[in-house]
Amino acid sequence: MIRYTLRRLISLLLSLLAASIIIFAVIEVIPGDPAAFMLGVNAREDTLAALRDQMGLNDPLPIRYLAWVGGLLTGDLGTSWTYKTPVADLVSDRIWVSLPLALYALTLSTLIAFPAGIIAAARRGGPADLGIMGATQLGVAIPNFWFAMILVLIFAINLRWFSAGGFAGWDDPLAALKSLTLPAIALALPQAAILARVMRSSLLDMLGEDFIRTARAKGLSRRQALWRHALRNALIPVLTIIGLQFSFLLAGGIIIEQVFFLPGLGRLIFQAISARDLIVVESVVMLLVFTVIIVNFAVDLAYAAVDPRLRRRA
Amino acid sequence: MTLLRVQNLSVSIGGTDILHDVDLSVTAGQITAITGESGSGKSMTALACMGLLPKGARAAGTIDLAGTDILQTSERQLNDIRGNDIGMVFQEPMTALNPVQTIGTQVAETIRIHTDAPRTEAKTRAADMLRKVGLDVSPDRYPHEVSGGQRQRVVIAMAIALRPELLIADEPTTALDVTTQARILDLLKGLVAEFGMGMILITHDLAVVSDIADQIAVMQHGRVVEAGATDTLMRRMQHSYTRSLFAASSHVPAIRQPYASHTQTIPHGAAAPKQGLAVENVTKKYNLSRKTLLGPRPTFAALKNVSLTISSGERVGLVGESGCGKSTLTRAILGLEDVQAGSITLDGAPVVSNRRADLTQRRKMQVVFQDPYGSFNPRHTVARLVSEPFYLLEDKPKNPADRIAQALTDVGLSPSDGDKYIHEFSGGQRQRIAIARALITDPQLVIFDEAVSALDVSVRAQVLDLIADISARRSLSYLFISHDLSVVRAITDRVLVMKGGQIVEDGATEDVYRNPSHPYTQTLLAAAPQLPEFIEV
Repeated sequence: MIRYTLRRLISLLLSLLAASIIIFAVIEVIPGDPAAFMLGVNAREDTLAALRDQMGLNDPLPIRYLAWVGGLLTGDLGTSWTYKTPVADLVSDRIWVSLPLALYALTLSTLIAFPAGIIAAARRGGPADLGIMGATQLGVAIPNFWFAMILVLIFAINLRWFSAGGFAGWDDPLAALKSLTLPAIALALPQAAILARVMRSSLLDMLGEDFIRTARAKGLSRRQALWRHALRNALIPVLTIIGLQFSFLLAGGIIIEQVFFLPGLGRLIFQAISARDLIVVESVVMLLVFTVIIVNFAVDLAYAAVDPRLRRRA
Repeated sequence: MTLLRVQNLSVSIGGTDILHDVDLSVTAGQITAITGESGSGKSMTALACMGLLPKGARAAGTIDLAGTDILQTSERQLNDIRGNDIGMVFQEPMTALNPVQTIGTQVAETIRIHTDAPRTEAKTRAADMLRKVGLDVSPDRYPHEVSGGQRQRVVIAMAIALRPELLIADEPTTALDVTTQARILDLLKGLVAEFGMGMILITHDLAVVSDIADQIAVMQHGRVVEAGATDTLMRRMQHSYTRSLFAASSHVPAIRQPYASHTQTIPHGAAAPKQGLAVENVTKKYNLSRKTLLGPRPTFAALKNVSLTISSGERVGLVGESGCGKSTLTRAILGLEDVQAGSITLDGAPVVSNRRADLTQRRKMQVVFQDPYGSFNPRHTVARLVSEPFYLLEDKPKNPADRIAQALTDVGLSPSDGDKYIHEFSGGQRQRIAIARALITDPQLVIFDEAVSALDVSVRAQVLDLIADISARRSLSYLFISHDLSVVRAITDRVLVMKGGQIVEDGATEDVYRNPSHPYTQTLLAAAPQLPEFIEV
């Protein structure tokens, strides 16, 4: 297990290195002058030169890469061109909205999907299964921004249980959670629908395995066999989907952030791209990649915890 | 004392009758064998006795286990009976265990769900049971950390942990090597005697049946066609199906006269013959994963200094247990795998050039695999499947349709079968199609890799006849790889015995079977179950 973890860690570091090189290359090396790109076509020559100098664009490539990576490691992400504030501050404000929102949505989606998937698999072909599968079809089909607007209509405008948008800040944690609830539900439902389907089909695969027949021959009831033998074996594909969904939720909530006026990472990167603020784009993309790689690492460890066969392989 | 009495058991699923009026009885301390070909209803009978019939099955009749009618018992009560009064052992030890739980936990589970034993006591009892079935590894191991034979012992420990009155074993040794099979059968026999259990042994292998069963029931198409005490039944077979089953099991195809020159086999180390296959001092190692993070990679030698020759027209058998290197050798001969040392030549030229299979050499060889279900693309017509080797030829035949028709006729199918798809054929017919595909380019050498192992005895007899017939007509040379010693004996001139990546014995087939010189060959032959001498059909 220790060896497995070490190997995963090494592969994590290598992935980070590769990702940083690619992001750096895409933004800085690909033809086109970042400074000109940021200032637009009508920029004056001396302004351009000043910006180039300020961004260090006149230094050789390896130096610029090392400076950028060094900055990332020390928490200095540069200064935003449009906001005129350190990127690190911009990001840290937003991450405290996006990260809790992603975790909140993921928790909701798991809490909905696990029971739904398990019930559907245990009662395959019955009314409960048909009902749950029908609901997941809807969940996958309905666009989440539309669903978000329906939620706002019902719970914010008609019932007045929640506010229609904005973020209350973490000074009052309850209020913060409350302002994240509707967005989290809107994000969670389509994810829950997918996850429930994966859970169901993975469980059904496992219920057809020989070791379930062995368990039944020992005297376990159908339900006991499902809980004790099928469930843990069925988790591997479910964990994979959870990992993918978390990465998506972190930055993919951009539309939901717009609907609910939340100051999240999605909005930040959207605005930075519109304003051609490449320094912000570069750093936020790197941060997102970093998160995705960390999440994959966590999923790998979870695989090994679930399935002893994976511990010995690298 | 009759422990289990099955009377007039009929089962139907979705309107199709699976079992008709099956009668069966098991006496405590005795073994009742159910035998028959696939689809005869053997396993369904066993599942009915466990109360584990598939969803939607309708059963009629009675299954009386010591006074309880299984068919009239509620699911809740059945859960108490299964594992406690009846234990069951399955065919596939590889998949019968939960991969994410230790073997000790899985054995202990049987004890814990039926008794009030606390966790630690159940664990100790499970460890005792594992020792009892002859397993000498730690109960903390996971299933993937033990071998197939050891897994089967775990499954047996699970089934007998509570000393059930009845043990049902469904093809318990079919997936195992012959020496492992002998040990597992001994174990089961010993347990039956020691615990005074009744046992139902389901197997298609008549030699196994004649070895250990007290009673036999022969099934065909969901009916018991003949039943009785083993000795009486085998001496006086009443039903024609029983006779044909025994005849097929001991079937010896009429092969053409033994290959003339096998007595003058080229000695090892001599120059490669101009004609035929020569494998010289071949070694193949695989890299394993590192034990430490940066340490050297350990290697596993699948083939160690292997040498063999197959002259043209010669029929050679290769016998060995799983993991002995048979498959690696096959792949190396076909040029699918590069080797680290030694040379493999066909007609004096290497089969691999520039680390890739040499196509001129490759088209002289064809192969027939074991699995008649998985080795065909289901979306291609039979004609396309059979003519696939034409891609290897530089001069494509001008009249492929005639060649396909001829190839299908040669293996006993009709030319019109070429328009059908593979799912329309039975296992035996598929193996014929595989043979047609192998023969269509007139290869010099055909490798039969366990080509009849998945077939029922009667079908197997027909396919063996076909191989014998073809080899007589074409003076084909082949390498026949099998774990089944009797099949190899029937169909080869010379036999090679392989163990641990080495060929330990090489000689004329009859000589080796009569006077095995290597101790391993002797063990193999001793372990192989045999039909009694008196059976004549």
